[in-house]
Amino acid sequence: MSALSLSGITKSFGAMSVLKGIDMKIENGEFTVLVGPSGCGKSTLLNIIAGLEPPTAGTIEIGGRVVNDIAPKDRNIAMVFQTYALYPSMTVRQNITFGLECRNVPKGEREAAVTRVAALLQIEKLLDRKPSQLSGGQRQRVAMGRALVRDPLLFLFDEPLSNLDAKLRVEMRMEIKQLHQRIRSTNVYVTHDQIEAMTMATRIAVMHQGEIQQFADPDTVYNRPANLFVARFMGAPPMNTLPARIETAAGVVRAVIGQGDAAVALPLPATFAAQTGREVVLGLRPECIAEEDRRFGHGGERVTLELPVEMTEPTGAETIVLARLGGERALARVSPDVRLQPGDRGRFALDMRRVCLFDPGTGALIA
Amino acid sequence: MRRAPELLVIWVPLLLAAAHIVVFTAWTVWISFTASTLMPVSEFVGLRNYTSVLATRNWKIAFDNLFIFGGGFVAFTMLTGLLLAILIDQRIRGENVLRSIFLYPMAVSFVVTGVVWSWLLNPGMGVQKLVNDLGWAGFRFDWIVDREMAIWTIVLAGVWQAAGFAMALLLAGLRSVEPDLIKAAQIDGAGPLRMYTRVILPTLWPIMVAVLVILLQMAITTFDLVRALTGGGPGIATQLPALVVYDFMFQRGQIGRGAAAAVLMLLTLLGVLVPHALFKYARRRRAANA
Repeated sequence: MSALSLSGITKSFGAMSVLKGIDMKIENGEFTVLVGPSGCGKSTLLNIIAGLEPPTAGTIEIGGRVVNDIAPKDRNIAMVFQTYALYPSMTVRQNITFGLECRNVPKGEREAAVTRVAALLQIEKLLDRKPSQLSGGQRQRVAMGRALVRDPLLFLFDEPLSNLDAKLRVEMRMEIKQLHQRIRSTNVYVTHDQIEAMTMATRIAVMHQGEIQQFADPDTVYNRPANLFVARFMGAPPMNTLPARIETAAGVVRAVIGQGDAAVALPLPATFAAQTGREVVLGLRPECIAEEDRRFGHGGERVTLELPVEMTEPTGAETIVLARLGGERALARVSPDVRLQPGDRGRFALDMRRVCLFDPGTGALIA
Repeated sequence: MRRAPELLVIWVPLLLAAAHIVVFTAWTVWISFTASTLMPVSEFVGLRNYTSVLATRNWKIAFDNLFIFGGGFVAFTMLTGLLLAILIDQRIRGENVLRSIFLYPMAVSFVVTGVVWSWLLNPGMGVQKLVNDLGWAGFRFDWIVDREMAIWTIVLAGVWQAAGFAMALLLAGLRSVEPDLIKAAQIDGAGPLRMYTRVILPTLWPIMVAVLVILLQMAITTFDLVRALTGGGPGIATQLPALVVYDFMFQRGQIGRGAAAAVLMLLTLLGVLVPHALFKYARRRRAANA
């Protein structure tokens, strides 16, 4: 029995179609992240799961029970909001127990529940304060406490970290992940931040224009993106996507990028032989283009090339280099020891194991 | 270096306002300590005008009425305004039309309100006559000629006029409640009653305090409504402080006492405004500290 099962969910506002048929099954204990650019429908989908908005069509099952006509409070869910949504007139304690109070849980049980949750989130000292007296991170903890106290079947998170500053966001990200590992809750987490998705999720659903582009574990989404949108959305800097032609000469499969003198031929693993003659879009992660002496931890499919450098972006830990590969712009991640200047020609090593090929027409992954 | 137009824009209105408000207030305060009757004179008499005003039955009734009227007007206006605001906030059809209708009385002069309500409440031609003519011969609605109840007719007309205004402000408050807060309460399982009493209304109280203060100011300075509705009658049953001031100054030719009554009114107003200012100051301090 799945914790959450969505089938054929659509949502339209007038003529505008926001969700175009979402099917999804989420098992108990999974940490699912819905990620996508703003306007992709991920928050609408979360609101539909919560029951705050009705779907235009489709079925929502929570814990094996169809909940389409069940009010949010009876869906056995809890939700954490981007704005925290703490009740400003209540103390932290009252905020946490309000849901229990509405369900007429006796006072003694409520107190016990607060004590348990406060210890879990380390907010014991804040219980008698008002939300206005708390910092952003503390408010976020209280908002999580309010969700945890009812021990629901499903936790919904609506961009909970977006209002925090960068440092606190990283801390809270780790805490949420640790909490999930400890209590094995079933989480559905909405974010536009692909790093949050990669770091926390056990499965990622990448959404775009009201459709799920790919629903898979973070490793697959990152290394085998289902289409060009996913390839370009996940990862910072994004995957290089270069138009190429697949050729086979003397038993060697090659991807030719660019025309005439600028053309570069990259040898591909033999498994790509079936694509010979095709025009494709070649996807290569920036970390697969590095300084010449880099070893990618294996023997095969390593190519070294000399490429013109257009710009460099030192980040401290590494330097992002914008280079020209067969006339196309490509990003490389090189060691900060390599000092390249715009206008230089640098030698780079390319890791061809993790190449993805996409259909230039549909954008879908073909190999 | 500021340019001349800017100086003009700031200082001309400021000086005009100062001349009208500060100078005339100061003059009134000064007159209240003199023996002025029909014409202002500069003979200082200390607090004599105050003691004699406070001793008149007219003033005592007016001041008692101010509490009944002020309390009733503010309480019922707030309640009616809140109820209308909550009903309109249910995303009903024709919201704009209804809002305009409810707000419209505010555009009507108090004198017009007073005259119209005096006709409606007049037992010989208004509501009572209508119901009597419909066949319920024993129906009585004669508060306006009843010494005890007449003050409530002023409350009634006042609420009718100001409730839409309170509604408009409170509706703006309701609309500015964070949507996530309402969603959170829905998921927490709050029913409509608990939603309003525990979640929505507590976020509204700064607006409520503002509405309260504006209504109290209106109540304390009410003049034209009573003048047109009951003229302070029957007898002096519906006197209010502003009518007493008018009475002393322009009917009896005792501007010294009139000024004293006016200063007493001003002190009453300050009794409302100073706590409000302190309250706002304290809130700002707390917000700055948080």
